[in-house]
Amino acid sequence: MSVIPVSYYLVLSAVLFGLGVVGVVFKRNIITIFMSIELMLNAVNLAFVAFARAHNQLDGLVFVFFVIVVAAAEAAVGLAIVIMITHNRQSLNVERVNFLKF
Amino acid sequence: MIPFALFFICAFLAVLGAISLIVAWEPIHSALSLVLVMMSLAVLYLLLGAEFIAAVQIIVYAGAVMVLFVFVIMLLNAGTEERTNWSKFAKVAGLPLASFLLLAIAYMLSRSAIGATAANGSGVSNAGFSTRALSMALFQQYLFPFEATSILILIALLGALILARKDE
Repeated sequence: MSVIPVSYYLVLSAVLFGLGVVGVVFKRNIITIFMSIELMLNAVNLAFVAFARAHNQLDGLVFVFFVIVVAAAEAAVGLAIVIMITHNRQSLNVERVNFLKF
Repeated sequence: MIPFALFFICAFLAVLGAISLIVAWEPIHSALSLVLVMMSLAVLYLLLGAEFIAAVQIIVYAGAVMVLFVFVIMLLNAGTEERTNWSKFAKVAGLPLASFLLLAIAYMLSRSAIGATAANGSGVSNAGFSTRALSMALFQQYLFPFEATSILILIALLGALILARKDE
């Protein structure tokens, strides 16, 4: 019986999360930034499931369920905001969104 | 041996998808890469023995959320990303700092005590992780948060409607 250590999953989760951070920092397209945030949420979900399996407790899975629900709600509201900003600014570039800039 | 091979294939695909999400200049390519990441994560959830989460991952994430993303990309006719001048600081320090963050998190996680524990969902007894047990936990111990999420969804729905509506 082969056994995959939890650390493998955790490292994969960390790598995905780090790539999500890189996406948020480097990308200039508001939709791609939003997708990078979804990537980070997915990475955290993977860590949750791996920890749930390591402790053999269900609570981690329940948390993943809630994270997915909140992410779906966030996607709906966030994309509505994206549509509104794009209609106002005629651009998807976040550097054009400078309403609050002094 | 098969779980290991499956894990490494899916991990490779997930990282590949994440990198191509960042590298792609077209938002639609990024969206499809994200679907690849989500699909391989679903396989990893199956490998961990969390079959309900895997199903939800495919139905809600790869299905509903990504369709929403692709729909908005189509709606806004999002083409190639504008290339902007990086600030000097981002050019010099960006990648080193990002890779440092990544390595630091990975190092801490791999060193933690829990890391050596076996995470095996394939083949071993799966009784504690069944969908039945999960729904029991969801509807008994976590009933109040579960009901609260329905209110959250309702508020998100109303918020999205109000935000996206045309101004009179």
